[in-house]
Amino acid sequence: MLPELGHFSLILAFCLCAILGTIPLIGAGTGNRLWISLARPLTAGVFVFLSLCLLILGYSFVTDDFSVQFVAQHSNSLLPMQYKITAVWGGHEGSFLFWTWMLAGWMLAVSIFSKAMPDDFVARVLGIMGLIGAGYTMFMIATSNPFDRVLPISPIDGADLNSALQDFGFIIHPPSLYMGYVGFSVVFAFAIAALMSGRLDSAWARWSRPWANAAWAILTIGIALGSWWAYYELGWGGWWAWDPVENPPMINWLLGTALIHSLAVTEKRGVFKSWTVLLAIMAFAASLLGTFITRSGLLTSVHAFASDPTRGIYILGFLGFVVGGSLLLFAFRAPLMKSEFSFGAISREVFLLANNIILVVASAAILLGTLYPMVYQAVSGGELLSVGPPYFNIIFVPLMSVLVILLGMGSVSRWKKTSIDYLKKQLMWVAIAAIVLGLVIPLALTLEFRIGATIATALGLWVVFGIIHDVWVKIGNKASKLAGLKSLAISYWGMQIAHFGFAVILMGAGLTSIYSIEKSVLLSPNQTVELGNYEFLFEGTEHLSGPNYEAERATFQVLRDGAFVRELHPEKRVYTASLTPSTEMAIDAGFTRDLFITLGEERESGAWSMSLYIKPFVRWVWLGAILMALGAVVAVTDKRYRNLKVKALAANAAESKSKKEALRPVST
Amino acid sequence: MRRFFKQGFFVLALFCAVLGAQLNPSNTALAAVDTFEFATPEQQQRFRRMSDEFRCPMCQNTNLTGSNGGVAEDLRREIYLMIIDGKTDDEIEQFMFERYGDFVFYRPRLTIETILLWFGPLLFFIMGAWIVMGIVRRAKASSSEPVELNEVEQERLRNLLDTVKDRD
Amino acid sequence: MSRLKLFAPVIGFLVLAVMLWRGLYLDPRTLPSVLIDKPLPDFELQTVELGDQIIGKADLPDEPFLLNVWGSYCLPCLQENPILMAAAEQDVVPIVGVNYKDKLNLAQLWLEDNGSPFEFSILDESGRLGIDLGVYGAPETFVIDGNGVIRYKHIGVIDYEAWEDEIMPAIAAVKAETGQ
Repeated sequence: MLPELGHFSLILAFCLCAILGTIPLIGAGTGNRLWISLARPLTAGVFVFLSLCLLILGYSFVTDDFSVQFVAQHSNSLLPMQYKITAVWGGHEGSFLFWTWMLAGWMLAVSIFSKAMPDDFVARVLGIMGLIGAGYTMFMIATSNPFDRVLPISPIDGADLNSALQDFGFIIHPPSLYMGYVGFSVVFAFAIAALMSGRLDSAWARWSRPWANAAWAILTIGIALGSWWAYYELGWGGWWAWDPVENPPMINWLLGTALIHSLAVTEKRGVFKSWTVLLAIMAFAASLLGTFITRSGLLTSVHAFASDPTRGIYILGFLGFVVGGSLLLFAFRAPLMKSEFSFGAISREVFLLANNIILVVASAAILLGTLYPMVYQAVSGGELLSVGPPYFNIIFVPLMSVLVILLGMGSVSRWKKTSIDYLKKQLMWVAIAAIVLGLVIPLALTLEFRIGATIATALGLWVVFGIIHDVWVKIGNKASKLAGLKSLAISYWGMQIAHFGFAVILMGAGLTSIYSIEKSVLLSPNQTVELGNYEFLFEGTEHLSGPNYEAERATFQVLRDGAFVRELHPEKRVYTASLTPSTEMAIDAGFTRDLFITLGEERESGAWSMSLYIKPFVRWVWLGAILMALGAVVAVTDKRYRNLKVKALAANAAESKSKKEALRPVST
Repeated sequence: MRRFFKQGFFVLALFCAVLGAQLNPSNTALAAVDTFEFATPEQQQRFRRMSDEFRCPMCQNTNLTGSNGGVAEDLRREIYLMIIDGKTDDEIEQFMFERYGDFVFYRPRLTIETILLWFGPLLFFIMGAWIVMGIVRRAKASSSEPVELNEVEQERLRNLLDTVKDRD
Repeated sequence: MSRLKLFAPVIGFLVLAVMLWRGLYLDPRTLPSVLIDKPLPDFELQTVELGDQIIGKADLPDEPFLLNVWGSYCLPCLQENPILMAAAEQDVVPIVGVNYKDKLNLAQLWLEDNGSPFEFSILDESGRLGIDLGVYGAPETFVIDGNGVIRYKHIGVIDYEAWEDEIMPAIAAVKAETGQ
């Protein structure tokens, strides 16, 4: 009975979305206050009913209701409780419900935290999001209903959750990735609402910014979690594989990064408006494209037997309607936006524009590489081609290097106009120090010169020293340094923290790619193997029974220069329900290096094959991502985003007075 | 400020989570473990690079290193034997190509068909640079006023900043 | 002109959408053709049926035949076995098996249980012949002409449709060519 109730409330959620996607929009167009005022209650309704759906599905999992097909396919009575709950997003139908619920969550957040905005604008934003929600809920009802039953003969037990998904990383990775993904629909809705109402001004940019930053921060964390998860799941030390499923979030992230920078220019200087709108549309389109690629099975199933294209067709139709429609709207409305170009050839605006262009070029290149095999197959009449990590690295690394060089120059340059002499004065010592230490540090750490390591370190230090220098200069003319630090705007700190995080990623990624070492050996109990500065003593294995698996657990003593470091326990498991074997690697995580061991299989006379790895600085990749997200969150807390109504009016008035504008940005 | 700490706390919690990756014992590895003996570290590096850059033919989307599947295992053994045998990279690539075609190369070979793939990004970059140039030229034409802040403006700015701070 | 430029994103998007739509209908089972029209590789291996006797390329039929890669562990092979059995009974073409990465006793047991459509099955325990044949995994089926040249390759299970629409026409084409 309950699953039917879930189905019913899904239909209700669809109906409410459909109403939300029409009445308030029409109301905003015609100025009907009553219709406009429906937006918030309808949003709350959508959220309530989708939450109900999610709760019911969760309840079906917890109570092992295997008459529900989705539960039967993704759970098992022996599955530990926490995984029964997370199995809700362990498959297509459930994760799509979860995704849609996230959208409703963002909608609710918009309706709550938008008190300062004009009601008709909020009605438009929520209406557009309602339309998106209507598309998602209809997709579920039509093609992927999580409440479908297997009746009258229901399975006695479920098929179990994929063992790779029975994991802490999986508990948190998809929610945060989805939340970030879906968050960009808020910014999209703001942009479309602004296009519709013709209110493309600094106020619009200022309203959008916190949402864009929040979505971007969450997406950053989501991607980092995915990378971290892949790192310990795949077991060979890879933390980024450029998989067709990983690429859309990356494209989305790059476009989102471009967007938050472009929004900054639009807010502060009132320029690049149409470009910002276009980026908002593209970032949202990228999130839909990601949905399309992962959910239609396109590009992922090389030898899967012909998958049902219905889902793909549906999402593609939706994509065409929403994105095609928005781009058309853009084409007709963009000429109404005045574009002023009141800045010099070397100015913060131009650096940010170049940043945007590089990020968009990188996204386009990744999209090209991702879709090329498909196009090739269609054009060549069935020949297959693979485009993998080597290609993407060759394209991506140089682009990012240029981006980082521009980042260092852009973040010290001024709005409107900066002189070359000024830049030189600010950055010459930063550059020299970065290059010298870039040469020295990797060499000192490893006694091995590698040009890639030098470049990565130098680029990272270029950003870091640039930040230090800039802060120093900014507080230099204050009476006391401490007072100076306090006087800097919160959003300035946000920017610097995020840039610092980016530098950390850069150095971590570069150094770990270059200096990682590994060894694969066959060891009998009580044998030792050396790798780098470490010794690994294999003590043997013991049998172990888990809740839903049987395992062999090995014990290793890790020694460094004869001193005990720690004990590691990799495992070899067989899951009882699906009989799938899997290897649980053991990791010793550290700030400067990770050690890990993957167990192979038992060979003759108790000897085991195994791989041992040392990956220097690999944690920095994720620490950097966390810092970037932290920076974005810090920027959101800037006071100027609160009590926006007063400020927005002021900002509108200020827009025409370019002199005043020229002064304001320096404060941030 | 308090709010800032509250939100920062969540992120810091994640920060700690990442540092302590071994929080959870469940690290399901799917990768292969071979125990090949190499004469030199160079050979081992070549082996690793090749297993990284060849795609496992039967898997969804992983390289030979990342797969424990039957064919992947056999192909790694073949590559190993060829390396020990003193075969060059080109010869090994040719061996793979003759059997599995372009599909096995994660680094697509530069041919007429892949020209667009390899030079597309460069084309995008040139287009982008051209757009930036165009905008900069238009911007230059329309901006002629002096923008470096003079003493008076600096003073005004400081006042403005102070009032903003007071308001906050 | 500048107004027209604003339509560039829409047009770009439409092109992308058409490509994606086209992509949905691509057959994911199509495969590279590098091996097509290449002679079978040389080999010297035992068979499942003939004990210690080593056979090579010269021992293969000198008329068009099917080369079917199978294994006792392979469920789809079980699925296609009746079709191959029927084909063998009707003497369409000889069928030679490649017992791919299997154990001899398991292979023998499997043939006993399910019946053998094969003239004989080459025992490729190490999978080395499989690599030379560009095998992805069992089952796979090759159509070989009278000169020992690979003319067609089918990946995955042969169901009735695949037999009628792919294998039979390929055999017919090869036979017509050699005048048999």
